[in-house]
Amino acid sequence: MYAFKYTQVGSVDDAVKAAGSADDAKYVAGGMTLLPTMKQRLASPSDLIDLGGVSQIKGIRKDGNNIVIGAMTTHAEVASSPDVRSAIPALASLADGIGDPQVRNRGTIGGSVANADPAADYPAAVVGLGATVHTNKRTIGGDQFFTDMFETALEEGELITAISFPIPSKAAYTKFPNPASRYAIVGVMVAQAADGVRVAVTGAGPKVFRQGDMEAALKSNFTADAIKGVKVSADGLNADIHAGADYRAHLVGVMAGRAVSAC
Amino acid sequence: MTVNVSMNVNGKTVSADVEDRTLLVTYLRENQRLTGTHVGCDTSQCGACVVHVNGKSIKSCTMLAVQAAGAEVSTIEGVANGDELHPMQEAFRDNHGLQCGFCTPGMVMSALDLVKTNPDPSETEVREWLEGNLCRCTGYHNIVKSILAGAKAMRGA
Repeated sequence: MYAFKYTQVGSVDDAVKAAGSADDAKYVAGGMTLLPTMKQRLASPSDLIDLGGVSQIKGIRKDGNNIVIGAMTTHAEVASSPDVRSAIPALASLADGIGDPQVRNRGTIGGSVANADPAADYPAAVVGLGATVHTNKRTIGGDQFFTDMFETALEEGELITAISFPIPSKAAYTKFPNPASRYAIVGVMVAQAADGVRVAVTGAGPKVFRQGDMEAALKSNFTADAIKGVKVSADGLNADIHAGADYRAHLVGVMAGRAVSAC
Repeated sequence: MTVNVSMNVNGKTVSADVEDRTLLVTYLRENQRLTGTHVGCDTSQCGACVVHVNGKSIKSCTMLAVQAAGAEVSTIEGVANGDELHPMQEAFRDNHGLQCGFCTPGMVMSALDLVKTNPDPSETEVREWLEGNLCRCTGYHNIVKSILAGAKAMRGA
């Protein structure tokens, strides 16, 4: 990887300040995507601002009807958290299915969400559970957060501090993982949330999206049978060596059906 | 940028001047001459570089040395007690849990992390845990057997 200047910070304010005064800084959370990308020389920031020491944005708490997860909380911590497991077991099991144990020990929810990989698991939870993303400046609704492939509503230098998940009455996440990377070829979060039924699909398109026809069908009849007849269009879906667009479209139906049955 | 990085490796404080971009695995292998930790894929997939940082298994090819400054690191070299193999290492020998041996340090370090939180894992749990460790000799069956036997020996059963 190209040379850069490494800075460790102890607070959100210091992180934002350090990033602002650098030429082309990047925050590093767990580094599970950023470091491999830098090794391939696909990214060459002038500065890395390491959030590893920012304890104020680590940890999980229950706040009324929400589970609030600090941005620097690792996947392993989410997966094993008694609060998450009892309130939103679908979120714990999603976290437990990311990558492998060593990746889960380093990778963080904030890093994953900020990176907005179209095949990452967490975006399905943020949109499928109707979460709110908290940053150092504002709050952003989950439905507005992901704007395109690897693109989010975050502004230059803006830092995710926490993600707040309203506790659904029921939810399940099912994915068809790539057998090598464990990224979702297609992953579907289905939830009966406070604001209605949500069906969020990751892996299939350039960014996570809601499947409105399935949501409508599930609204009156929350069973796998209710969405059997829903046609998923392959238009605009991803196609690569792992799966064509039509196969991904088919998988959306299969994964959604399994998720509904698992609720 | 060059920076002096100190950490505790296998119970001993070590330090070296390295670049900001130096990976932990490079620091261990080249600066500390602890070459038991291997670089297999260098893309955080194969797990040959697994070490423990502050008690948790991580891939040292995907962590900067500076990020481990001040940390407690353990590598495969710190597992045995002098000439006496650790029960997990002994189990790999007894069960023919290695062929070429390249993946073995990572397998053992990964297994030790599993057993720490799950002293009596099922075969399925062992196989799921090994998601991040590849054996290109494809000797998984005996690796799983070794880990189950090693866990049992560690329980004193």
